[in-house]
Amino acid sequence: MKLYCLSGHPTLPCNVLKFKSTTVMLDCGLDMTSTLNFLPLPLVQSPRLSNLPGWSLKDGNAFLDKELKECSGHVFVDSVPEFCLPETELIDLSTVDVILISNYHCMMALPYITEHTGFTGMVYATEPTVQIGRLLMEELVNFIERVPKAQSASLWKNKDIQRLLPSPLKDAVEVSTWRRCYTMQEVNSALSKIQLVGYSQKIELFGAVQVTPLSSGYALGSSNWIIQSHYEKVSYVSGSSLLTTHPQPMDQASLKNSDVLILTGLTQIPTANPDGMVGEFCSNLALTVRNGGNVLVPCYPSGVIYDLLECLYQYIDSAGLSNIPFYFISPVANSSLEFSQIFAEWLCHNKQTKVYLPEPPFPHAELIQTNKLKHYPSIHGDFSNDFRQPCVVFTGHPSLRFGDVVHFMELWGKSSLNTVIFTEPDFSYLEALAPYQPLAMKCIYCPIDTRLNFIQVSKLLKEVQPLHVVCPEQYTQPPPAQSHRMDLMIDCQPPAMSYRRAEVLALPFKRRYEKIEIMPELADSLVPMEIKPGISLATVSAVLHTKDNKHVLQPPPRPAPPPSGKKRKRASDDIPDCQVLKPLLSGSIPVEQFVQTLEKHGFSDIKVEDTAKGHIVLLQEAETLIQIEEDSTHIICDNDEMLRVRLRDLVLKFLQKF
Amino acid sequence: MWAEAASWSPLRARTSCWTVGCTWALTTTIPGLGASGSDPWSGDSGHGGGGRRQRRFPDFSYITRNGRLTDFLDCVIISHFHLDHCGALPYFSEMVGYDGPIYMTHPTQAICPILLEDYRKIAVDKKGEANFFTSQMIKDCMKKVVAVRLHQTVQVDDELEIKAYYAGHVLGAAMFQIKVGSESVVYTGDYNMTPDRHLGAAWIDKCRPNLLITESTYATTIRDSKRCRERDFLKKVHETVERGGKVLIPVFALGRAQELCILLETFWERMNLKAPIYFSTGLTEKANHYYKLFITWTNQKIRKTFVQRNMFEFKHIKAFDRAFADNPGPMVVFATPGMLHAGQSLQIFRKWAGNEKNMVIMPGYCVQGTVGHKILSGQRKLEMEGRQVLEVKMQVEYMSFSAHADAKGIMQLVGQAEPESVLLVHGEAKKMEFLKQKIEQEFRVNCYMPANGETVTLPTSPSIPVGISLGLLKREMAQGLLPDTRKPRLLHGTLIVKDSSFRLVSSEQALKELGLAEHQLRFTCRVQLHDSRKEQETATRVYSHLKSILKDHCVQHLPDGSVTVESILVQAAAHSEDPGTKVLLVSWTYQDEELGSYLTALLKKGLPQAPS
Repeated sequence: MKLYCLSGHPTLPCNVLKFKSTTVMLDCGLDMTSTLNFLPLPLVQSPRLSNLPGWSLKDGNAFLDKELKECSGHVFVDSVPEFCLPETELIDLSTVDVILISNYHCMMALPYITEHTGFTGMVYATEPTVQIGRLLMEELVNFIERVPKAQSASLWKNKDIQRLLPSPLKDAVEVSTWRRCYTMQEVNSALSKIQLVGYSQKIELFGAVQVTPLSSGYALGSSNWIIQSHYEKVSYVSGSSLLTTHPQPMDQASLKNSDVLILTGLTQIPTANPDGMVGEFCSNLALTVRNGGNVLVPCYPSGVIYDLLECLYQYIDSAGLSNIPFYFISPVANSSLEFSQIFAEWLCHNKQTKVYLPEPPFPHAELIQTNKLKHYPSIHGDFSNDFRQPCVVFTGHPSLRFGDVVHFMELWGKSSLNTVIFTEPDFSYLEALAPYQPLAMKCIYCPIDTRLNFIQVSKLLKEVQPLHVVCPEQYTQPPPAQSHRMDLMIDCQPPAMSYRRAEVLALPFKRRYEKIEIMPELADSLVPMEIKPGISLATVSAVLHTKDNKHVLQPPPRPAPPPSGKKRKRASDDIPDCQVLKPLLSGSIPVEQFVQTLEKHGFSDIKVEDTAKGHIVLLQEAETLIQIEEDSTHIICDNDEMLRVRLRDLVLKFLQKF
Repeated sequence: MWAEAASWSPLRARTSCWTVGCTWALTTTIPGLGASGSDPWSGDSGHGGGGRRQRRFPDFSYITRNGRLTDFLDCVIISHFHLDHCGALPYFSEMVGYDGPIYMTHPTQAICPILLEDYRKIAVDKKGEANFFTSQMIKDCMKKVVAVRLHQTVQVDDELEIKAYYAGHVLGAAMFQIKVGSESVVYTGDYNMTPDRHLGAAWIDKCRPNLLITESTYATTIRDSKRCRERDFLKKVHETVERGGKVLIPVFALGRAQELCILLETFWERMNLKAPIYFSTGLTEKANHYYKLFITWTNQKIRKTFVQRNMFEFKHIKAFDRAFADNPGPMVVFATPGMLHAGQSLQIFRKWAGNEKNMVIMPGYCVQGTVGHKILSGQRKLEMEGRQVLEVKMQVEYMSFSAHADAKGIMQLVGQAEPESVLLVHGEAKKMEFLKQKIEQEFRVNCYMPANGETVTLPTSPSIPVGISLGLLKREMAQGLLPDTRKPRLLHGTLIVKDSSFRLVSSEQALKELGLAEHQLRFTCRVQLHDSRKEQETATRVYSHLKSILKDHCVQHLPDGSVTVESILVQAAAHSEDPGTKVLLVSWTYQDEELGSYLTALLKKGLPQAPS
């Protein structure tokens, strides 16, 4: 069993597991941090961005100034933003049988895989994962396509040139594999390959392996996966949460008894407490608005935003914010808010109970009804008429490189009254802000990452007790910025096996058994004999049938009746099939009893001689000699088949067959 | 494996209560409501106590006569929220006493308590029935419910698992597979194999159950296409409204009502009609809300477009007020209940019955004794309470929109699931007999149709799963790939039974595991040959003879002069007395016995004359 590691990003994993003749891809996350190296795509022409100076080498060579621009000491690529794909060369991706998706953040590379690698398999995901994943992809494509950019920079990617660039461009990895965003057509085609599954649904892969999604508690429809056969079990844990937010709680019990547990998608901010962050978020928001400033919340169109809106729903009246408009701007804002209300079965118990009343599970329905929350597909159109300040705007993309958020950064960045509050943990907020410097606007960093932290992980591992843990290398050492924090790493016994991008791990387990079914007719004919207390044995001779990776033992066919008629038989017809195996024998033959038995069966004139290792029984009349030792018996006789068979049967009486 | 009908009602057709026993575990499904002929729906309202009382609830003593239900049953499964499938649940769990798990889908769990409460109100408050379950009992009963999702495998205990499949029919309706080891039963509940305006079609995978228990309400009807019926319905409504008449459509609040609303709503929009459509109050708005929140359970079209337009937010359909019934001019009113046996629909009916311009459309089945049943069977003079006679002049139409699978649909489901046997429930015996024959002919499986209280026993022969050592399996499979597969290969191994675990290993491994030594049994036979040549030459002749006959075997001539066939050793020696005779010593082990004895027999016949 092997694990091919195609992504180095611990929360955007992409691994391929080879297990019992199946090839299973676990997630296909898209590393979008690469876009931080690019200039933002403004929705409205931005004089500031378009007038940034070109960057030139130290020696004054300016041949890259069309591609690279400088802003406050940082260099950015002036081009359509590009993403860092999972490794496509490590393994032939056309051999992947199925892709299992754990949550909507971990499927963003799907179109690259399903559309461009010869992939012909099946993708499995839950319904909310697919619906919200589609929204995320739609938003991404929309953000990028609606701001057509003529230039696609490639000169800087040349290895010799990249060496000369300043950090972080110089250190960017695999730049040659970076790709532009997919199209909506590719998204639709990719999503059409997904088969919807539900939690605890058992899905058979070629009869060899069974996969099952389990609730992981992190997002709507987010799942961990069990990949198992009858004797082996691999658990894939990706993006799980033990906090009670809106999704259904994590199913931990089903992860027990795993041979291998692959652990990815832990919190990216292990030192921040999500509850505290939400409190800070609310108080900073209120403070800014009370002072007449605007609040910008760069966010994804689904996920934590539901929780934030719910907190604000409870908070705005008590904080005296009832008159402040909340805007949610995204091409998929409406869909996201609508979809969130229809997945009752995937929600936590409290929210389910509301649906039974029947009431919408999320209170943002009421915020919309009372006109406190308004949503728009973009800043163009209706929004410009309704826009009132001060206000709170939720919009994407959290990288600050594309989407409506770019416009608000440009619009509000110059005033210190305004605040941008970062809640999404995927991008470093300092890097995200770099192309907007110098900035007068206040910046608050309240990352809300509800995924497992290291304390929860060690509790979880104690609970489910996997034999082996496999995880990205980042989790086996403290974070680089906090190298003294030995508590910020996975601690388990035996130590976790770690992987990095483009590595192939041989997973430490040996398969010993496989399930086989004994047909009832055959089972009826078996006679187990107790050999030792509590242990019974039965010898089995049967015909093995294997079909669709299922093995069945059937009774041996009855010997065919001897052919009638006087047809001359060819000599070769009689040649026995040497493949017919006879059982092994065990035991020993007590000479005296054996001789008595011989006598009983009409043998006379028996002589017994002692030898170094045993005895020799002589049947003088039959000119036959039987050597008996502890572990062997040798019958030497004339060519008299009748005699031989009689003697054989007498010997076998004393032996056990296996 | 046995199945038993536990409901005991005069009309066997309309209730569902089934106990299914598997070899190891026992499961009951669907404590339904034996209400068909009993009071809540009976037409002769107003009778107090006394008179003939019929059984209101199924007779659960069929399950166990002595002993608690909880000990006897592993779980209860409710297929959907219709009262004939869940109406007796609080009675069953709270009054008879059952504390085990009750499984149903989320929408059923949401809607079921509301219908039960409604039912209770009519029975107790309106009809004054005593000894009925209380509101608190409904709540306590619902606490025992475990919600299941479609296709989720629910492990009821160590052995028993259940799995829900989409059934169409009504919101949240499900079919259930009940499985222990390799044996399983599928219970369909009510289902619909054709998608309608608001729900999708039932679907099940090729799960090959030992038994499929299917409803057969429409056992012989192959109903005309849905489109035709819809067109007919719209035409009739349209004509009535055009000539200024009023249309009454008695419905139950949840289910068909939503489908018909969608139908009329889109028609009104397309035709730009102005006549008002009303929906009688009560559950309506709430009901529509359930459909909105559980939109993932509706059909594909509605699911796909719900963001742009939620089909359950009606523009043309407004809440009905009692006073509207007397308004002049045309209108369409959906009113509950659906069989015209009480409540608002009956009130409106009485008001409008006298005018031949008006129309009543019955969109579903009506139980005997109800006003609905009477007018459908052609009665035009109805005796109402107080000896009043109501003359029905309005037009009466019947439109079957009730969503059950027809014969074609049932056959389709049997084809999908590929069961080993089929059991029919729900329906009239004659029609069921016809369907039974059809199923037996087409699918060559046994088909049963037991009466209430009858027990069916099905023998099954499950195969036994054991673990085979991978070494043994791989060795066998590798040899199975050899070209000569004319003769079936025999796998030989030893089954070790220890602590109720079964493992099949190679004999060598079994010996090793038990710490036993192998005992070798060897035979050596002397075969005499007339041959005056030297031993070496004899050996060479033996070699070429065997080589020519045993083409498929490995025959070797070793440097020491001996010949081997596979592991059998043949040596030539001089005869101690007769120089014209040579002795061949053929030696083999017990495991090679067949070949060994064949060789001796072969050599006994002598060698062919060497070419001179």
